[in-house]
Amino acid sequence: MMLNGFLVVGALLFALGATGVLIRRNAIVMLMCIELMLQGANVTLAAFSRYLDDQAGFVLVVFSLTVAAAEVAIGLAILVALSRVYPVVNVDQLDSLSG
Amino acid sequence: MADNLETTVAFWYLAIAAVGAGALMLVARNPVHSAISLVIVIFHVAGLFVILGAGFLAVAQIAIYAGAIVVLFLFTLMMLDMRRLPEERVTHRQIWLGIPLGILLAIEGVVVSVGTPEISASIKGAFPPATVSELGGSTQALAVALFNEFTLPFLGASVLLTAATIGAIVLARRVEAHEQADFPQAASGSNTNDTAAQADAAEPALEESAR
Repeated sequence: MMLNGFLVVGALLFALGATGVLIRRNAIVMLMCIELMLQGANVTLAAFSRYLDDQAGFVLVVFSLTVAAAEVAIGLAILVALSRVYPVVNVDQLDSLSG
Repeated sequence: MADNLETTVAFWYLAIAAVGAGALMLVARNPVHSAISLVIVIFHVAGLFVILGAGFLAVAQIAIYAGAIVVLFLFTLMMLDMRRLPEERVTHRQIWLGIPLGILLAIEGVVVSVGTPEISASIKGAFPPATVSELGGSTQALAVALFNEFTLPFLGASVLLTAATIGAIVLARRVEAHEQADFPQAASGSNTNDTAAQADAAEPALEESAR
């Protein structure tokens, strides 16, 4: 059945995004990996919506797109504001709060 | 959607290309290459939406993600000027923990996905293909659901977008000279000529704190 195929794609995209957030140092690439995780969730939502004959999943994908746009706007604005104070983009160099 | 040969071939191409581009995104050293890989993922996921019979979502996906979000990423990459920050190592030092956790998550997701049973007719929703085509297509069916059942979340999404727009402007704007007394720390980087000098000043300080 094809539903399982779509779910596998969604799960793999989500796992790749989660791995990227964990292993990359560049804050902008980490934000891109969060977008990859959202893409995986979107594929799963759309597949279930299609095979359950329901529109709720498609509507949730629309909201997910909205949230992704808002999240990336705020996230990048924070990075720009941060880069004025500390001109680094690697997250492991932003350790002023570590004792 | 019938599970015919063309759909199956298209699905396998789109699935493999999307996951492959996602993997490329992780290993690309240059953040711009990661952004281009993200665009490839987005276009192939849009293709998957077309197979699922959601044409509007595919168009919205390309317009919002490839048209707005990735452009915002590339614009920020350009603004932050990565060339000044040479990277000898692109991975975090916790990679030894991150890779096994990622593989574990992937295995878990695949096992759960493959084990998902066939959906029985008793739990199907209110929009079977006959109803969708009676409404005039998938976009009309989406609109019927969005503007009846989900009107309040839709309005909430518009509030969220307004808040995000205002928040992004407030966070990213430069602090003017006459406002510097209010924001002493943020004001130190407000002058472009200061930024390079400040980069030299901040890096030894960061090195020191790392020790």
